[in-house]
Order: sequence, then C-alpha cells, then structure tokens
Amino acid sequence: MSLTETTYWVVGASFALYIWIAIRSRAGTTREFYVAGKGIHPVANGMATAADWMSAASFISMAGLIGLSYNGYGGSVFLMGWTGGYVILAMLIAPYLRKYGKFTVPEFIGDRYYSDTARVVAVICLIICSVTYVIGQMKGIGVAFSRFLETDYETGLLSGMVIVFFYAVLGGMKGITYTQIAQFCVLIFAYTVPAIFISLQLTGQPIPQLGLGSTLADGTYLLEKLDQTLLDLGFQEYTTSLRGSTLNMAAFTASLMIGTAGLPHVIIRFFTVPTVRAARTSAGWALVFIAILYTTAPAVAAMARLNIIQTLEPQPGQYLAVEERPEWFKNWEQTGLLGIDDKNQDGRIQYSADPQTNELVTLDNDILVLANPEIANLPNWVIALVAAGGLAAALSTAAGLLLAISSAISHDLLKRTLLPDITERQELMASRLAMAAAVLGAGYLGLNPPGFAAGTVALAFGLAAASLFPALLLGIFSKRVTREGAVAGMLAGISVTLAYVFQHKGVMFIPGTSFLGDLPANWFIGIEPNAFGVVGAAVNFAVTFTVTRCTAAPPEEVQRLIEDIRVPAASSRD
Amino acid sequence: MAKPSESEVREIYWRENRRWMLILGAIWFVVSLGCGVLWVEPLNTIQIGGFKLGFWFAQQGAIYTFIILIFIYARVMARLERRLGLEEREA
Repeated sequence: MSLTETTYWVVGASFALYIWIAIRSRAGTTREFYVAGKGIHPVANGMATAADWMSAASFISMAGLIGLSYNGYGGSVFLMGWTGGYVILAMLIAPYLRKYGKFTVPEFIGDRYYSDTARVVAVICLIICSVTYVIGQMKGIGVAFSRFLETDYETGLLSGMVIVFFYAVLGGMKGITYTQIAQFCVLIFAYTVPAIFISLQLTGQPIPQLGLGSTLADGTYLLEKLDQTLLDLGFQEYTTSLRGSTLNMAAFTASLMIGTAGLPHVIIRFFTVPTVRAARTSAGWALVFIAILYTTAPAVAAMARLNIIQTLEPQPGQYLAVEERPEWFKNWEQTGLLGIDDKNQDGRIQYSADPQTNELVTLDNDILVLANPEIANLPNWVIALVAAGGLAAALSTAAGLLLAISSAISHDLLKRTLLPDITERQELMASRLAMAAAVLGAGYLGLNPPGFAAGTVALAFGLAAASLFPALLLGIFSKRVTREGAVAGMLAGISVTLAYVFQHKGVMFIPGTSFLGDLPANWFIGIEPNAFGVVGAAVNFAVTFTVTRCTAAPPEEVQRLIEDIRVPAASSRD
Repeated sequence: MAKPSESEVREIYWRENRRWMLILGAIWFVVSLGCGVLWVEPLNTIQIGGFKLGFWFAQQGAIYTFIILIFIYARVMARLERRLGLEEREA
C-alpha cells in the first residue's frame, strides 16, 4: 500500500471514530450542550482539556519553533509559559468559577460586575481572543490535509469543517468532550512514537526526556555536541541563546502563563466536572497529559536539529552531495518546506548561519515534526499517524474555541441580555444555530485568511492576559472592585495590547500600516509584541484600581456571591 | 472551645487557602521565572548528566514541578475542606 493510501485509511478511521462518538453523545439540554451536564470525570476532563489546549501549533510547529527559530534555550518561553498557566488556573481561577456553577465566562463577569455592559465587553474580548486563535486551527486543518493527503487546501479545510460541524452542532460540549478524549489519544501516540525512535537511534535511550541528556554513539553528550556543531556553523550555542533579552523572555513567559489562565475555551472545560475538588485535580491531570507532549517536544527539537545537520554534513567538512540527498529530503522540497540553492556550484550542500553562503535556503519550523518519521526511517503507518495526530490537534482545539464563541453568543448575548424570555428548547436551538454559524464563519476565515493568520496564536494569549484574566482574578479575590473599574480595565488592557501589536505589525496586520515599524529598537523596553500581554495586564489592573477608587462599592448581593464562590460548600458541621 | 460559627469557618478556610497559594505560588515563580530565566546563567555552570541545570529547569524541570504543585494544592485543599466540614456533596 502506498503512503498516501495508508494515510487515507488511518485518517479516515480516526474521522469515523469521531463521527461515531458524535452520534452516541447528542446533547438534549442546554446544560449538556454548554457544560456536558457537569458529569465528566476529572481524569477524563484532564485528557479533554489537554486536547482542547494543544493546538495544531503545539503539535506541528512547537518543536520547530524551539529547535530552529528560537535556537534552543530561547524556545523555553513556550514550554514554561504554556504549562505554568495551569498552576494559576488550578489555584486562582478554576475552582471558584466551577463553584459559581453556571455556563460561560462572560456570564460570570456579567453577574460578578452586576452589569450587562461588563457582560457584553467580556463577550467582545472573548470573541477577539478566540477568533484570532481559531483561524490558526482552520489553517492547520487545511495545511495538514494538503500535505499528507495531497488534496488541495480548500478541500481539506471543508472536510475538517464537516467533521467539526457534525459533532459540535449535535453534541455541544458533550460531543466535544468525548471526541477530544479520543483526539488526545491519537495525537499523543502520534507524537511520542517517532520521538521514541529518534531518541533510540541517536542515544540508545528510549525515553526522549532522558535521551536529551544522554550521550551519542561517539560518547559526547547530545547537547554538548549540538552546542559545538552550531557554534562551528556560526550559530549561537543551543543551550544558552536568549530570545531578545532576559527581560523579554520573562515577559513572554509571563504573558503566555496568564493568558493561559484567561482563555475562555480552557476555563469552560473546568465547568464540566462534578465538584470544585474535581476541578482542582482535573487541572493537575490536564497538565500531566500536556506535559507528555511538552517535555517530549524539546527532545524532538534538539534531536531533529542535530539529525538534519548530520545528514547534511556527516563528517566535519564533508558535505552531502546534492545528487545523493535522501528521498524524504526531495519529498519535502516539493512541499516548499525545504529548499536548497547550490550557491558555490560545488554540487554539495553547505548549511551555515551566514545567509550569504548558506545553501539550505528554506528550512521550515514544521519540518522537525513532520519529517521526523521519515528521517528516522519509520514505517508508513507511523507517518500516516502523524497526519492523523496533527488533524486531531487542530480539530479538538477548533471545536473547543467554537463552543466558547457560540455559547457566548447564544447564552450571554441572547438569553442573558437580548431575549431573556426564550425557553430552554429555544435556547438549545439557538445554541446549535450559533455553533453552526461559528463553524461556517471560522471556515470562511480559514479559506480567506486575513494577513495576520500566521503565527498569531501567541497574540491570542496576550489579549486574554490583558483583558479577561485581570477581570476574573479581581472578581474572585476582591470584593471592592466595581463594574466601572472592571469595564474600564478590560477595555484599556485589550486596547493597549492591540495598539502595541498594530503599531509594530501593522493595523490589522496590513503591511505598511505599522507606524513605528517592526524594529526591536522601537520596542517598549525591549519587549516584543507577542510578549506584551503582561504589560497590557498591568495596565488593566492599574485602570481597574483607579476607577474602582472613584466609584461606589458593589451592592450587598454581589458581596454575598463572592463569599459564596470562595468556599466549595456551606459548612456541614452543625 | 465553642464551635466556630459559619463565618469563622469561612474565614479560617480563606486564610489557609491564601497561605497555600502564597507558598506554592512562590515555588512556581522560583522554578520558572527564577531558575528558568533570571538565574539561568549561574545555574548553567552546574552540569548534571548531559544537562546544564538552568537549561534543564527551563525545558524540563519547571514543567515537572508545576504538576507536583497542582497536586499538592488539590490535596491540601481537599484535606482542609474535610477538616472544616466544607466538603461538597456530589449532586
């Protein structure tokens, strides 16, 4: 069987599984549609959260970001930032919002800040963050299809949409939860199998996390070898090269952390477990499942990078002849992810840090994960599995985001603000329609991606960090913060962050409209736009406090609501 | 000793909760932004196996610590709730 046929079978089987789950788990009530009836076991929810969380970017691009773009140590911002947020989530956010016990994030903000304005502002912030994020997922689906199944981008994207449409519209959160569990199993298996093989081949150690610290066949440590090799090629040392400055790395890490704790599609996953206690353990399980991939990724990054260099230069000074390059190399050249240009016409490929002489002119980040199984000579079914895994990662995150968007529309805008008199049945119908519209809208944006779609997932974190996170945190931990304070804070935080990104990257990312230029010299104290969320959050806090001081304290019943969400239950000891 | 009132129980619970958040939050900060970013250079002079210690914290150690922190927090809070009689009855 050819590789393409095998891939069709494996991907087809995984899709059949998702559809089967969708049919088995239709939602009959709004409670099932929004929060899966609050009956999900904490370990199962942990697994679903992990799939919800790990996007196409985590699966396909992160190892390459670490290993290539960020040259090793600098990529640690993603590893720490995208996991450290779960500690904040488990301690400061999830248990209290679970106790609050309703359906959506804007709903909490609206009730806590006793204001429909706050609710609507929260809906707007949620939609801005989630739409930015979902475009990346739709693109990921289209790209994964076109690379592995040799369809065109549009066909791939449409097939993905049909699948998501099916289980998200039918089953809401209930259908999404069970498919996410299945998708987690597919993606984690697809990620770890090639990693184990590459670790075995390079270091003889089957566990990649240990392999990263092990010795190679020649007795030198893998990381030492990589450091030395990169220095010889003119790059910086792998284990020490900073991303910008220490301050920029700290700000980037902190932005991703608090952004994680403020992203609605992650928070609502913790509404599906039965108790407050379960919400806390579930966050722990989610991080366990996420960490399987996140601790493997840096190993894949270092090993695949070394592997590629050694393919090109097996012995020092002895370069790979253009004619002798392996089959996988030629295959990936056709997709445009690899590209060579024999500048000095010696028939050999010289890879170096100097753009004048470097002959490996294209080396896409995604190649580290996508080509891994072929570089390691693994059988076709493993390659097919990577395709199914990438799709699972993109589909599961897209579905979670779409639910966050559609429930904000049908529940917060319609039921809680515009049409409070609609019945349960009408609201369920509205939620399905909102979901259908969200899928179509996301598909449209995936087909006509606005210029900023590439690499803006990090931006969604900055926006969540600057808008929703402070409002949620203060809503729980302060009884004094007022609606005026929160609304002003959210608006200030999201505007400052958007303005900073736009002024460096262009208004709506249209090239040429950036008024300060994308130059590190113009960055505010050396902080890059993607890392600006933490500054936006600080602005949000400052504005909230200032405005709160000038306005009257929240009413009595809001103070009682806060008292109430802080403890899991009334005292049972009478 | 008189039985604590409902509001006293809540107060004890909230005070204990904040204490644990502070302790675990401090560790969270130290292993990630501390060991992984701010003090990475001095830590990198220490070599354990094939890893420079600072690099290991940034790409492996911080993540393992995060998991442990969440489970410790979940555990101490569950115990506290049992002690104070604030457990939920599952619906």
